[in-house]
Amino acid sequence: MLKFCLAGNPNSGKTTLFNALTGSTAHVGNWPGVTVDKREGVYKKLEEKVSIVDLPGIYSLSPYTLEEVVSRNFIMDENPDLIINIVDATKLERNLYLTTQLLETNVPMVIALNMMDTVERAGDKIDVKALEKAFGVPVVEISALRGKNINELMKVAYEVSKQPRKSFSVVEHSPLIGKAYAEVEKLCCEHDVDCACFHAVKVLEGDMLEVKDHPHIEEHVKEIREQIDSSAFDGDFEAMVADARYQYITSKMPSILIKNAKQKATATQKADKFFMHKVWGIPMFLVIMFAIFHVTFAEDFLYLQGIFGLEINSDFWCTFFQIEAGSAIPSPGVWLQSWFGYLMGCLIEAIAGLMESCPAWLTGLVCDGLLSGIDAILSFLPHILMLFLFLSILEDTGYMARVAFIMDRAFRKFGLSGKAFYPLLMCFGCGVPGVMATKTLESEKERKMTILISPFFSCGAKLPIWLAFAGVLFGGQHGDLVVYSIYLIGIIVAIISAIVLKLVINKAETAPFIMELPDYHLPQFKSTMLHLWDKLKHYLVKAGTIIASAIVVIWFLSNFGFAFWNGMVDDINVSMLGQIGQALQYLFYPMGWAMGDYGWQLVVSSLTGLLAKEEVVATMEVLAGGLGLEFMIATMTAPAAFSFMLFNLLCVPCMAMVGAVAGELNSKKELFKAIGFWMLVAYVVSAATYWCFTYWYVGVIVAVALVAAFVALVIRYKKRKV
Amino acid sequence: MQKSLKDFAVGQSGKVVKVVSESKIRRRLYDMGVTHGVEIKLTKVAPMGDPLNVELRGYQLSLRKAEAENVVMEVAE
Repeated sequence: MLKFCLAGNPNSGKTTLFNALTGSTAHVGNWPGVTVDKREGVYKKLEEKVSIVDLPGIYSLSPYTLEEVVSRNFIMDENPDLIINIVDATKLERNLYLTTQLLETNVPMVIALNMMDTVERAGDKIDVKALEKAFGVPVVEISALRGKNINELMKVAYEVSKQPRKSFSVVEHSPLIGKAYAEVEKLCCEHDVDCACFHAVKVLEGDMLEVKDHPHIEEHVKEIREQIDSSAFDGDFEAMVADARYQYITSKMPSILIKNAKQKATATQKADKFFMHKVWGIPMFLVIMFAIFHVTFAEDFLYLQGIFGLEINSDFWCTFFQIEAGSAIPSPGVWLQSWFGYLMGCLIEAIAGLMESCPAWLTGLVCDGLLSGIDAILSFLPHILMLFLFLSILEDTGYMARVAFIMDRAFRKFGLSGKAFYPLLMCFGCGVPGVMATKTLESEKERKMTILISPFFSCGAKLPIWLAFAGVLFGGQHGDLVVYSIYLIGIIVAIISAIVLKLVINKAETAPFIMELPDYHLPQFKSTMLHLWDKLKHYLVKAGTIIASAIVVIWFLSNFGFAFWNGMVDDINVSMLGQIGQALQYLFYPMGWAMGDYGWQLVVSSLTGLLAKEEVVATMEVLAGGLGLEFMIATMTAPAAFSFMLFNLLCVPCMAMVGAVAGELNSKKELFKAIGFWMLVAYVVSAATYWCFTYWYVGVIVAVALVAAFVALVIRYKKRKV
Repeated sequence: MQKSLKDFAVGQSGKVVKVVSESKIRRRLYDMGVTHGVEIKLTKVAPMGDPLNVELRGYQLSLRKAEAENVVMEVAE
């Protein structure tokens, strides 16, 4: 099978093109660096099947970031048959810089000129023929988004892939180092170096890896270098080569890009005046986030009841909104959830009706175990859907990159950069992609810190727990506040941990922040829906596999004693699960919630959360033994309930995420340290919450102690700095 | 007149004279198109005074003051 790879700048539409070519539903975001690992798919519309590899977006082939290394190794070592270099026509100069580097390999190449429609709308013109002439490879105009010209691109690519291409470097045109380059290239050819062009440039630059690979010519190259007057660049050959590339591009630009004489302010510039405002930027971000939570979780939409006293009393509207007479209008999220819950209820009743004649253990397994567990998980689907929908819209539009920009200063106080914002934000959806996205962070230490605090950002799977409690605590009246406060506490714990971690592991070193701000795009319906479906599928598959099987196991453990051959037990306390839970219960006593009526049930629920966090509510539902999980929650005091939620928020995340973290940290020792760290934080925070809010004087003592400890830490840190 | 990009006012533009950062950051800046003679305009400053947002080669680039400090510029008239 032929193998083509897609290479291009971050955010140039590579993943969109990949999806269009392969019919895949890979995640696209308006954020530089969405593709961190390479991905493969198959294009079937040619005579031969073609495997398409989507490489991570890169600005250059220099091996400074992980993405660059992945891409460079692929192109150099895996012998692709062709490179499709996707070029964003709106940012031609910078995109062509990578092109000049790709041309130095001898892999056949096509340029896919993307986003031409935007260029034309601005009244500019690009001379494709001139572009082809300047870079010596075919150019095809496409629109990845609309799927325009994509099959033509592949036809041209197919033909081109059959012919060898002679590599060439634009560096040879440089007045300053062109001659030196030619000499080094000749040397490389004499020594039978493969891809002489590519290696010649690298050796001339003094790339450490290259110099080691070609020791026999180093002496010679040194002489050649010494003949050049490099004073303007302080002897920095990397700079001179980069400069030569851009000079070549700039010299060709007048013939390639014909600018419209009238340059008007673009929509992006106008929008940025608003969203990146010096004063309003940050408040606006907080308001947007709150609005999203409000629309998704509020029982009293727009506070119409709270402020205007608006109530719903007519039968029709009560049924329509699925509420009781005299309630407020619910937010769309709550409204959808009520309907969904109602329909699920009908379905379960129908199934229970059908199974009336079955043996008791089977009805028990299906109705009390499987169905009620799955219902407990699925009933939160509407909320999760809405939250993800809003987050993906914010991401697709490009607003998230702005948030990184306006929040950078604040993040730096905690030893992180604004770039860490995005992986952490993803953790609100799911920690697994979030942790994987930390690859875009350049500094090792920052990556580690980000991973360590990532589980504190409440993921979608934990949401059902908060929602279950939100519906019961405080009479179910302040659901949005309960959920918002959990998210907020998670963030605060993350910030405090980051400050402490900064003092311990990341002493005053900050990673650079050099980032492209993408243009705003209107969210694309198809892309947003694909994104959403991707998340949803993940959730449903998990609910159908891990969770359903875990429910069966838990049902079995909770309905049979250790002597399971004696049949089902009536009292859950003597079941296997009851025995195990009671044995472990004492370990959890200090956190308060394990002391109540349902102590060991909650312990077991938390433990099953390690499989998948959705498990927690599902297990609670099963263990509540027919009374329902609302009843179980109602027996807890508010401090105990919060203590339980916080423990589940902060403790070791699900197995999938632990696996992702293990992959990123790449060391068993670090992984165990991370797990220990999470357990410690969870235990301390939830115990403190319980005792401080149950007995006010404990709260006062702890507050004083905390302030003292913080001051001591800061003083110590300052001293060390001096 | 020469001055550091860090000290530019919003709306001011100029040409790059040289980049004096340590090599890794300098390389990154070159890759992003901050090479000698290129015209850069400071378009925005973040709410807390840092980072900066500049326009060059037809696109928007964000960088911190710490990085901008090492970009020596010739101020346009």
